Amino acid sequence: MSEIPEDLRFTPQHEWVRENDDGTVDVGITDHAQTALGDLVFVELPEADAEFSQGDACAVVESVKAASDVYAPLSGAVIASNEGLTDAPERVNEDPYGAGWIFKLRPANPLELEDLLNADAYQQLLAEADE
Amino acid sequence: MGKQTALYDAHRAAGAKLVDFGGWDMPLHYGSQIAEHHVVRREAGVFDVSHMRVVDITGFEAATALRYVLANDIAKLGAPGRALYSCMLRPDGGILDDLIVYYRGAESYRLVVNAVTADKDVAWLKEQVATAGYEVGITSRTDLGMLAVQGPAARDRVAAVLGKNDLLALRPFSSCDVDGLFVARTGYTGEDGFEIMLSRDEAPRLWAALLAAQVVPCGLGARDTLRLEAGMNLYGADMDETITPLECGLSWTVAIGERDFVGRGALQRQGARGLERKQVGLILGDRGVLRGGQRVITPAGEGLVTSGTFSPTMQRAIGLARVPVATAQNCDVEIRGKLKLAHCVAPPFVRNGRIQVALPDV
Repeated sequence: MSEIPEDLRFTPQHEWVRENDDGTVDVGITDHAQTALGDLVFVELPEADAEFSQGDACAVVESVKAASDVYAPLSGAVIASNEGLTDAPERVNEDPYGAGWIFKLRPANPLELEDLLNADAYQQLLAEADE
Repeated sequence: MGKQTALYDAHRAAGAKLVDFGGWDMPLHYGSQIAEHHVVRREAGVFDVSHMRVVDITGFEAATALRYVLANDIAKLGAPGRALYSCMLRPDGGILDDLIVYYRGAESYRLVVNAVTADKDVAWLKEQVATAGYEVGITSRTDLGMLAVQGPAARDRVAAVLGKNDLLALRPFSSCDVDGLFVARTGYTGEDGFEIMLSRDEAPRLWAALLAAQVVPCGLGARDTLRLEAGMNLYGADMDETITPLECGLSWTVAIGERDFVGRGALQRQGARGLERKQVGLILGDRGVLRGGQRVITPAGEGLVTSGTFSPTMQRAIGLARVPVATAQNCDVEIRGKLKLAHCVAPPFVRNGRIQVALPDV
């Protein structure tokens, strides 16, 4: 059973979103996603100031097995990327909701947050996918 | 649900992530593919490779038949107990499969072929032998399972578990029969070790005994990164029916010699014409991961990455590629629309725990 923190929001593509007090959001991939991918060996980070629309591919996580896109959960501009992942992609496996965050976004349209799943809904989604 | 080996329950109990591999439910890893990779380079791991097919070839014309259907020449084997790696070819030189042939005794040989191609191989063998009129028995040993125990400590631990110290005297690429087990000093990881064939019923007991002796269960994921570091081809990725041994780094396995064998004429003609493609090893001189299917760009034309991964031992992306024969030291690989520099090297990348090639800064 994978960990699903109550205070985060989620996408059906297994990204998580943490709302910060300053209106920015942190984005990463869920515990379920990192388990499914296996050991990560490379993360291609988005460039600072890059602007994305909700659903755009904006980063890539590569495991020994395969490469997977990470999609922008919200429209907005990238204000920071987790440069530490360049030398230590395994942090995404070890701590997906903490040290394994991938990038920080300034949302262009905070209303899009409503599109995201809460913990219960994401849990439900995983349970259905499991059946 | 696919076919299951005798160790299916043991894999589940060990927490394996099971995936379909050629119609079999096989362990991909038991938690961390990278940790399993390192264990084999540094200590000892065990792989369930029971999906591979053991085929026994017997009869007074067994040797004659194998000399005809295999591109390598089993006449090199000399004494019983020795083993040989070979391709089996179509008449046009395309590779039907790669295999190991073990010389067991007078009129008795054992082949181990790939799981995905096993049925095709056996049908092909029977057809070739029938057409040529050889009297040979061809028996699929689906009653057997197979464990590969690999790593610097592998042989010691197997000898201890079986209580057979004489196994330590077994030479590389040799085999013997011990108490109903067939033990060979062969493998697919670039490390020392044994491959053990035994009855399906006995497999769970040996598996459990090995685990109790600190041999770590390893999945097919680690097996793939290990074989790629060792510069060994994977059938279906680095070679197939459209590729000849001369084009995928396996010229050394072809014994052209004087005898006739299936595919000989095609290889001779290809050699006389001159090759257009060759295989090279690649090390990416940049961050990222090489993957099968990526485009290779060289001044002499385009090529293709046939297998790629991130090497846990080297901490670099490595791969095997089929490229124009004039390709020299460097090339570009297209990764998600961007060209990245890769260095061409002669595999293996890693043997017996040691890196064999120069590592670029990335």
